[in-house]
Amino acid sequence: MILEVLRFALRGIGANKLRTGLTTLGILIGVAAVITLVAVGNGSSKAIRDSIQRLGANTLTVTKSTTGRAGRFGGGSGGGFGGGFGGGGFRGGGAAGAPGGDAGQGGGGPRVQARDLTMDDAKALVDRVNAPSVKSASPVANAQQSTVSFGGSSTTVGQFVGTTPTYLEAADRRIQSGAAFSDGDVAAGERVAVIGSSVARDLFAGVNPLGQRFTVSGTAFTVVGVLKESGSGSSGFQDADSVVIAPITAVRGTLAPYGGLSQIVVEARDASRVDSAQAEVTDLLDQRHGITGTAAADFQVTSQAGIQSAVADSNRTFTVLLGAVAAISLLVGGIGITNIMLVTVTERTREIGVRKALGAPRGAILGQFVAEATVLSLLGGVLGVVAGVVASRFTIAGVKPVLVPSSIVLALGVSVAVGLLFGSLPAHRAARLRPIEALRHD
Amino acid sequence: MTATDRTFPGGEPRIAGAPDAPAPVLDLRDVTKVYGGENAATAVHALRGVTLTVERGDYVAVMGASGSGKSTLMNIIGCLDVPSGGRYRLDGRDVGGLDERRLAILRNRRIGFVFQSFNLIPRMTALANVELPLAYGGVRRDERRRRALAALAEVGLADRVKHEPNALSGGQQQRVAVARALVTAPTLLLADEPTGALDSGSTADVLAIFDRLSRTGRTLVVITHEEEVAAHAKRIVRLVDGRVVADLRRAPVGAPPPRPGRHREGLR
Repeated sequence: MILEVLRFALRGIGANKLRTGLTTLGILIGVAAVITLVAVGNGSSKAIRDSIQRLGANTLTVTKSTTGRAGRFGGGSGGGFGGGFGGGGFRGGGAAGAPGGDAGQGGGGPRVQARDLTMDDAKALVDRVNAPSVKSASPVANAQQSTVSFGGSSTTVGQFVGTTPTYLEAADRRIQSGAAFSDGDVAAGERVAVIGSSVARDLFAGVNPLGQRFTVSGTAFTVVGVLKESGSGSSGFQDADSVVIAPITAVRGTLAPYGGLSQIVVEARDASRVDSAQAEVTDLLDQRHGITGTAAADFQVTSQAGIQSAVADSNRTFTVLLGAVAAISLLVGGIGITNIMLVTVTERTREIGVRKALGAPRGAILGQFVAEATVLSLLGGVLGVVAGVVASRFTIAGVKPVLVPSSIVLALGVSVAVGLLFGSLPAHRAARLRPIEALRHD
Repeated sequence: MTATDRTFPGGEPRIAGAPDAPAPVLDLRDVTKVYGGENAATAVHALRGVTLTVERGDYVAVMGASGSGKSTLMNIIGCLDVPSGGRYRLDGRDVGGLDERRLAILRNRRIGFVFQSFNLIPRMTALANVELPLAYGGVRRDERRRRALAALAEVGLADRVKHEPNALSGGQQQRVAVARALVTAPTLLLADEPTGALDSGSTADVLAIFDRLSRTGRTLVVITHEEEVAAHAKRIVRLVDGRVVADLRRAPVGAPPPRPGRHREGLR
């Protein structure tokens, strides 16, 4: 009997193929959207996670803390990371805050004066005795001007970083061709630079960039090396390969004013010693900056773990939003099913009357139309899963989607539920029809 | 239903049959049907007290002009509608107090419908259409197929089982409908203007099938306004304004149905 009812439902679906197709399409789009968008959200989280990991789980970032930016994102500002991270989206509230502003951190006492991070701070952190867990500390000064030109062309680079050679290792940037600048170059303030692959492509189209000179604000730099592609250009936030790295002395002398560093990138000896490195760096800088007791620190040490969890949080929100948009389209598809089933019931009123006259119990009529709606939505759901999985194989908006298996199960389950729920109203209407009235209908 | 329901008060007018015959197929007592509810001004009295008993094996034509209440009577007899007043027993069973589910079961097992407009389900083969009441009756698949094929053979459509209704002529469609009505071996075959939409050739085919069914002992009630159809019946009941005005027996219940040509003068 149940089998029969199901067969009647399938026959009903097969009767009007165009209508079935269009109704199914509504659900298909909804389910495919859920799966694809959740995969995109997930893929973008993963890309960010990867780039943070690639930057090294064993790096710490020290930044100046003037206005007591509460966010843990402070470390990201200035874009010291090479990992396609640290774009504008994460900058706290503008670069330099009001000098002498209240720290607002931990309710500490008023700070007399926030001291800048200096080259000496960076040097002091490399201390085998007092900071055994620190492998290297690279001062970073970011140039404000980031439009570079070569010959007749010019391009805007995402980051223009002045630093020391150890930065390349800490930020996990490898050289593709040429060589990194040396400590000697830093000491001499040589105007040489290592450029990212995007810059090499955009600025030196068709020309081997090695040995070429480009200018930034009238200052010429010679290219000595080209970085390997970081492969994280698809993270959707910032192109990690749109970067120029030069000796900090050269950058500070010309492009970035003397004074405070943007940040110090500290590399721990290994991942397990990040926490102790963080403690050592904090102690050393406390000493150097004269922070004692309850006074609020004028610097902030951020580990990747903290950034990672913050980024994961914001990404979860992003994914949920995408999922919600997709869920709405699934809902719209469900309403489409209700609509078409109502039309079907009206169209087939006479048939329902005949079936009832022949002794079809109410449950059989109800079952037939609920089954019809459910099969429609399930069909849409299955096709939607296929479409979603296929769509997830392509790069969407610069993000390589990563399928979430539970989203497939959920989307399928919801599509069946949609059929049951949205099909039951028309089905109840059909089952309630009185046979004589239904038979009179034409 | 209990056995006491089957015994009637004394002095019931029985039309035919042995004294110990089973309960009549149809037993309507003063059945009324009022449409339009309580308001006396707008109420429409479709049936004003119909009393009718049909014995097993009878072939009855219910005749009347449109508005005479014959469709209402057919709906009540067919358990598609319930009377407003009076009592109706089908096969000894009081239909009055039954709920929708039980009425559906009753229709499925006891009544075979033939409609004026065939009412086959489109896009289902003749075989599937005939199997339909068996499917709702919960008959097993192979058994269903066997009985449906037999019913189709009985109406002479054994070679059309795989055709869908739109590939069949009107007469063939109506024969499929007759097969569908027969397949459950119902107590009563109820036909509502069965030839109303057919040409004369197809009408003759369908009436010949009815005659044959009557000869094999089936009980038939045919609602019609065509004298030609009524001419085949053993008994003719005429309705006017919701009342039975004439009840003419033309052949005994147990006898074969009359031959129309010979008895035509008896109609008038």
